[in-house]
Amino acid sequence: MDYVIVGNSAAGIGAVEGIRSLDKAGRITLFSDEPYHTYSRPLISYYLFGKVTEDKMYYRPPDFYERLDVTARLGTRVNSLSTAEKELVLESGEKVGFERLLLATGGKPIVPPMPGRDLEGVFTFLKWDDVKALEKTLYPGVRTVVIGAGLIGLKATEALCHRGAEVAVVELANRVLSAILDEGAAGLVQESLAERGVRFFLENTVAEILGADGRVKGVRLQDGTELPCERLVIAIGVSPNTSLAQGTEVAVNRGILVDEFLATNVAGIFAAGDVAEGYDFLFRQRRVLPILPNAYKQGFSAGVNMAGGTESHRGGFAMNSIGFFDLPMITAGIVKPESSEFRELIHTDAAKRVYKKIVLREGKIVGFIALNAIDRAGILTGLMEKEIDVTPFQEHLLRENFGYLHFPKEYRQQELWKGVLKRERA
Amino acid sequence: MKRVYAREEFCAGCKLCEVHCAVAHSEYPDDIIKAFLKQKVKPTPRVLVEENQPISFALQCRHCDDAPCTKACISGAMQKDPLTGVVINDESRCVGCWTCILVCPFGAVQRDAGGHKVASKCDLCSTNGGLPVCVQNCPNDALVFTDELWGR
Ligand SMILES: Cc1cc2nc3c(=O)[nH]c(=O)nc-3n(C[C@H](O)[C@H](O)[C@H](O)COP(=O)(O)OP(=O)(O)OC[C@H]3O[C@@H](n4cnc5c(N)ncnc54)[C@H](O)[C@@H]3O)c2cc1C
Ligand code: SF4
Ligand code: SF4
Repeated sequence: MDYVIVGNSAAGIGAVEGIRSLDKAGRITLFSDEPYHTYSRPLISYYLFGKVTEDKMYYRPPDFYERLDVTARLGTRVNSLSTAEKELVLESGEKVGFERLLLATGGKPIVPPMPGRDLEGVFTFLKWDDVKALEKTLYPGVRTVVIGAGLIGLKATEALCHRGAEVAVVELANRVLSAILDEGAAGLVQESLAERGVRFFLENTVAEILGADGRVKGVRLQDGTELPCERLVIAIGVSPNTSLAQGTEVAVNRGILVDEFLATNVAGIFAAGDVAEGYDFLFRQRRVLPILPNAYKQGFSAGVNMAGGTESHRGGFAMNSIGFFDLPMITAGIVKPESSEFRELIHTDAAKRVYKKIVLREGKIVGFIALNAIDRAGILTGLMEKEIDVTPFQEHLLRENFGYLHFPKEYRQQELWKGVLKRERA
Repeated sequence: MKRVYAREEFCAGCKLCEVHCAVAHSEYPDDIIKAFLKQKVKPTPRVLVEENQPISFALQCRHCDDAPCTKACISGAMQKDPLTGVVINDESRCVGCWTCILVCPFGAVQRDAGGHKVASKCDLCSTNGGLPVCVQNCPNDALVFTDELWGR
């Protein structure tokens, strides 16, 4: 079998491991337009912060491609796809045929068409090269505006702040991290960053980037405020990088549409990761889930299926673990429900910056926020994934020591003795 | 593969497993006194006794077949050994993002408070080649290390 993978990140690597779990002999060729051995994208902010050195950026050991017998063609861009010929055309014009193809091309930064975005000093924050370039231009006290208080914008803010920049964050929503936090938790996070000197401009946006001599000099906000700055980081969001599928038979909505086997509508072509639009079983609709665990898992399942196995991926949901300086948080699923079919359980201790919230629907957990009280949060994620009715032990969910202790004994033993507990015969 | 199982009817909640685990994974694995007195930060046990008398039991990493933590780990530090099945965190590469805590359905990953902020979890004492220390030291034989079927 001839496998071709486009993308050398979490989803592409998952696919390599998925394929090799079944097929040790097939030929795997992997393309990436980035020149690096597979590295961890989330670590780019840690790199800028200075917490992770160059040698610790890699997602897999140096002998990875050799050990798994992969031809890695790094720094090679794929220009187009022909579904009829089953081949890819590279930037150089070279044609590469395939029997099974995985599109794991990830996301691209959303950059609104505002005047001034080509000025020197304007950056996006998605690739290792982005932060390497940004890093070179930093100096103590450099005034930096970050557009977007989402996960990427605030990770950039944390690192920049640590490197001595003076950071101002501009965000359209009424709170920071609006996709994963409600007002209660977001307020505490904003407060802790403000203590580090970060300034916030919420419910506002950049109307114009101001420049002089080809360099960024500041921004003018929608409400007229002008913020002088020498650097600007655009972190509004990421959209699926579907360009290879555009204009082909491969069906695309926001992302490339995939079924539970990560297959597209064209036989032999699969998609996984930030570029794919799979099923979100909490929102009960198709959604792009741009997070690393989802990318790896989808990639792995796609690989298994490309190699002739059948691994169904029934869908996922959003989940994040993130922290800024010493404030960690874990969130998952629906955190700010808008209708009455949901119930919320909340515990707050503002002095300790602790905020916990659990969202229930039909007796099951469909979302939670755990701010500064993250230990063992995965138990909640597990209950969501398995769609367990938590009604019998619901009063314990917010307790600090919540654990398997509070589960009904039979369920607890079934989980903890999985594999070795003999079923009692009737 | 062999895993550690807790027989909750035999557990007295004495937490000696926590103590021995912490020592075995400290800077002074052979010296319980030094481990607790000399190490700047108290060593973190990788087993947790859940307790609300009369119920108590020890819980540690289940070394899951599908190991969600390895799939979710953002740095690639958390890996399952393909030969032994043991899930081990390469602490030199771990960045302390706690994504493994987000996905571990057993709540089996601890935050190590030691100098380098890393995820700390049961490694089945894989470097000692024998019985995990928690199993060795449980005075009530509440912990068993087995891959055989158990039942009444
Ligand atoms: C700063 C930052 C922090 C993040 N933090 C977290 C976090 O803490 N937790 C989390 O879960 N997620 C985080 N994410 C999201 C996470 O990085 C992504 O979900 C994950 O990387 C998606 O993996 P992927 O393989 O789908 O795509 P990507 O990582 O986007 O990789 C796609 C690759 O394909 C290449 N490519 C695209 N088109 C072509 C082509 N035509 N030819 C050749 N190569 C091509 C791209 O250059 C890229 O290298 C973060 C992202 C960023 C930017
Ligand atoms: S840390 Fe948790 S998820 Fe990972 S193998 Fe152990 S029990 Fe399973
Ligand atoms: S805390 Fe460490 S082991 Fe856990 S997911 Fe993050 S990098 Fe991986």
